[in-house]
Parts: sequence; structure tokens; C-alpha cells
Amino acid sequence: MKPSAATLRVLGRALTYALAVLVALWVLVPIYLIGVAAFSPQLAVYQYPRPFFPAPFSTETMLFFLKSAGVAASVRSSIVVALITLALSTLIGAPAGYAVARFIFPGRDSFRLLVVSTRAFPIVILSIPLAVTFIRWDMYDSVYSLALMHTALALPFTILITSSVFASVPRDLEEAAMTLGCNPIQAFLRVALPLALPGLAAATLFTFVLSWNEVFAAVILTVRNRTLPALVLTVLDVSPLPYRFAGGFFMLAPSLIFMLFIRRYLFTLWGRVTK
Amino acid sequence: MAEIRLENIHKTFGKTVATRDVSLTIHDREFMVLLGPSGCGKTTLLRGIAGLEQIDAGRIFIGGQDVTDLPPRQRRIAMVFQSYAVFPHLTVYENIAFGLRMQRLPDAEVKERAQSAAELLQIAELFQRYPAQLSGGQRQRVAVARAIAVQAEVLLMDEPLSNLDALLRLEMRAELKRLLKEVKSTVVYVTHDQVEALSLGDRIAVMKEGAILQCHTPLKVYDFPASDFVGGFIGNPPMNFLAGQVSADGDGLTVTAGGARFHPPAAVQALLRAKPGARVQLGIRAENIEASASRLEGALSGAVLVVEPLGSHNLLTVQVGDERVKVNTHADAAFQPGQPIWLKLAADKIRWMDRESGLAIE
Repeated sequence: MKPSAATLRVLGRALTYALAVLVALWVLVPIYLIGVAAFSPQLAVYQYPRPFFPAPFSTETMLFFLKSAGVAASVRSSIVVALITLALSTLIGAPAGYAVARFIFPGRDSFRLLVVSTRAFPIVILSIPLAVTFIRWDMYDSVYSLALMHTALALPFTILITSSVFASVPRDLEEAAMTLGCNPIQAFLRVALPLALPGLAAATLFTFVLSWNEVFAAVILTVRNRTLPALVLTVLDVSPLPYRFAGGFFMLAPSLIFMLFIRRYLFTLWGRVTK
Repeated sequence: MAEIRLENIHKTFGKTVATRDVSLTIHDREFMVLLGPSGCGKTTLLRGIAGLEQIDAGRIFIGGQDVTDLPPRQRRIAMVFQSYAVFPHLTVYENIAFGLRMQRLPDAEVKERAQSAAELLQIAELFQRYPAQLSGGQRQRVAVARAIAVQAEVLLMDEPLSNLDALLRLEMRAELKRLLKEVKSTVVYVTHDQVEALSLGDRIAVMKEGAILQCHTPLKVYDFPASDFVGGFIGNPPMNFLAGQVSADGDGLTVTAGGARFHPPAAVQALLRAKPGARVQLGIRAENIEASASRLEGALSGAVLVVEPLGSHNLLTVQVGDERVKVNTHADAAFQPGQPIWLKLAADKIRWMDRESGLAIE
């Protein structure tokens, strides 16, 4: 008997789901295993087969990592860099995003393209001139200079996300506010900003994660004031296995949590319309 | 006093001309409707009055004051948007009170005026709701209440009913009419719906391609359209137009159309004589044609093409020569498709127009 169209359709859908599950597992299983290893006693890491649950549950490995030399300082550096990046890129990027969303100005489309194209420039090519310039200007090996670099890296995303956030606030609303007695700034503060706030929060979180995870610029531009990813990367091949798992998990966690919160806005950024 | 005077308003978007040297005076407390097909510049004109659109040339006066370069907030206007533009993050009460708070009125007065505006629109019981919890019709009412609450001298409305469903639109139309009589503002109302324009306006300005073709009372615009465009745009069905041949007939002129002979009134005759060789057309509304199944003196003869029963009356489409004529008949009149028919035009209701320019001969 030949399979009917309905069976084929069901089969096709089943295949799609199976593929989706496979891809999800491809990403999630390593993350999960890292989590398991991070919360098992240090010696459990060497066990085979790998336990699928942290048994017994222990914070020993995590504490070992956090107490290792340089980790506390680099976490502090990471947070400082991320916070400065967040503040700077929001201050610069949000107005730019608003302008792109609201105003038709000469060269708007080229500006948009320019914003994206900065990311097309591989930072590897920039690294040597960047390091040289930073040394010359006496800005080398400082968290503040690194924050500047991260701001430059984050700005395209901030501008894109905030412009899509502001574009989702109908222009009519600001115009209505202006007919009701607001000047443009009041209309923005009283109407557009409150409506855009959740999206803007998402954009800033995204920036934070971007900076928190960034490793290349951090390795090139700092020596003693390393951020966490830079530190972990440079000591990776000389550190014990539990240290790697714990470090991996510690860096993953904030990103995962933030992504969960801002998922909705990332979809909008990627062009999916969400209510 | 809030007379609105527009002088030579000109506005282009890139290469498209939105309004072409438009001049118009809207009297104090008048209900002026800007009517026209989409893209005719009516919304641009309204937004120009509101100050939301910078005009390229011309001046705008409100109550004698030149407001051309003033921002919206200093123009003493309120506006209702097509999309309603109700603030989603504020409650109904805060929406209505928004304009009053911007004026820094004392709380008691804000409350009182928001209350009375809401009562006018019968939405006072929705005060604590958010717009997302309202129906389209209710949101519409909030938008109108918000505009009314500020008691602006000029109330601008941009197709306020176009997003409502047909039944609600009918109800809101009557309510708006009652309401706007009470608020005593000068109203400028933009619509593309000719029924809305006829039913609401003190005067209607019919626009096309950025220019005002005619500005008069609804009845005048309906009965005496200034051009074939106006006659065709206003009224349902649109005005009929019949091509006519002018010929000299002793002392006077005779126009032959659809096989019948007509004698234009003296004034039209004089104008026609001044322009020999001009080609004319007769404009006539469907309800000003008498239909008969038997031969009538001085009537056009034709054949019934379509019969559409509309309840209150029947709408006939009649083939006369190579032209089609829409005729209203009594609901009881038993015409059948294919049947021969004679149409007598009410002589005093014929609108004489130039066939080239489409303009009325007057």
C-alpha cells in the first residue's frame, strides 16, 4: 500500500521535530553536563561514565574556582567593564536608535548599513593597531579602556535593538501627546519612553551579556586587569578539570538567565512579530 | 473665537504635491469636513493645521493669530487620530486627564472636567481600565473624550470613524453630531466617506490632487456639484453623466442627449453661446429621473440592464445608447431586465457641465 498524503505529512512533521530536538540537545547537553560537573565534588569530574545528576550535590568545585588566584578580581573587572559598557552604549545607542526609528534624515539607510558593517570588520585585523594605539595613548591594560572597546562592539546591537523597540511605539502616540500640550521632549518622556522601557531594558541586558562574554578584545587589551573570560582563557590549559567546568558554568549562567528574560525582544529584533 | 484661515498652503513630499496652494476659511464653531479620495491631501492639510506637519509655503491663522510657526501645543487645538492613539500605559482616566494635567490644572478641576467629558461619551464607568481591556468602539470614545476634555477652540478629527465596523460607525456618527454641537469648538473633520461628510458637515470641502474643488453646504455640494468629479464622488449611486450635442434652434440652443432634446436655462444658454463648439454633458442624479414602462414625451429611451432591489427602493441600471444610467424607482415598480424603458429627467435638476474640463457651466 502506498503511504497517503496525510501519513507523509505527519512523517515530515515528525522528522522536523526530531531534528529540532537533536539540535537542541546538541546545545543543551554539554551545558547541562558542565552544570553537573560544576556542582559535583571535584573528584567526580574524573568518573566514568559521567553521572547525570550531581551526586552528591556539592558547591566544593564552585568554591574552589571562585577562590582561585585572580578570579575574584577578574569578576570585579568583568562587572565594572560590563556596567560601563551598558551605560555608555545605552546613552549613545538609544538616541541613535530613536533617530533611526523616528526621523527620515539624509543618509539614514547608509547609516543603518554602516552600523551593521562595523561588525563585519574582523576584530583580529584591528587587534594589533588597537593595542598599539592604546599603548601609545597610555590607555593600555585598564578596565575603562576595555569598556570603551566593548561599547564600540556593542553599539551596533544597541542601536539595532533600540531602533526596533522605538519603531514598535506608534508615532501617533507621541503626536497625540504633542497636541495635548507636550513639547517633543515631554512627549518622549511621558509616552514613548514608558512604552519602550521593557525593550530598552532588554537591550541593556543584551549589552551586559555581550561584554561579559567578550574575550578577544579583553585578552589583547589587558594584562593584569583581566576580565573573567580573558583570565579563564589564559589559564585554561594549565588549570585542573574541575576549575574549567566551574569557570565555564560561572560564565554561562548570567547569559542564560538574561537570554531567558529578553528572549521576546530578541525575536522582535530578528523580525518575528510578537504581541 | 476660533476662525481658521488657511492662506495658500503648499506642501510637497519629495516629488508628490500633497496640497497645492490651498486657501480656505473655516468660520468660528463651524463643522468643516475635508472630503476626498485617499491621497488627495486632506490629511496633510489637517496635520498642517495641527502643526504636526511643517508646510512648505503659506500661512495658517487660528483665531486671528498666525500659528504657522508654532508647535502643536501652542495652537489651542485638540486632535482625534484615525488610530485613536490612546496611550496604552495609562488608564482611561489618565488618558482623558492627560491634556488637563499638561495644563497644570488643580486636581479637582482635572477630575471634574475628565468626568464630564467621560459622561458625554458614556465611558465614565471605564475609568480604571487600560486601553488593552477596551473594545475598538470604547477606545474611540476615550480618544474623543480626551480631545474634548481640554476644551480646545479647534477640534481636529482625522477619519475618526474609519476603524469602526459599519453598525458602530452609524451609531457613533449620530453621537458625534450631537456631541460636537455641545462642545462649541470649530471642527475640522477629515473623511473619505461621502455619507459621513453629508451627514455631519456644516460645509464640505471636496478635495482632489491637493486642491479644493468645491466648498459649500452638503445640499449645495450634492445638488450643484462644481464638477463631474464632485458629482461622481458624492452621492450613492454617483451622479449620471450624459454626453450632449449642442445645436442652434431658432433663437435658442438645443442640446440632444440620449435621443432626447433639452433646452438649457437662459444663463447656461448665454455661456454656451459665448463658447461655440463647446461639448457639454448633463449631470443628473438617480433620484431625479422618472422611469416609465411606456413612452413619455421628451424622455430618453433605453433598455433595463440590471434591477437591484434595495428595500426602500429599486436601483436600475439602464442602457441608453452607449451610456449607462442609474435610476431609482419605487420598490413596487416591476421592471424586468431586458425590458424597454423611458427615462424623464427633472429639467430643474439637470447640472450642465463642460465635457472637456468637467466643470459646471455657470
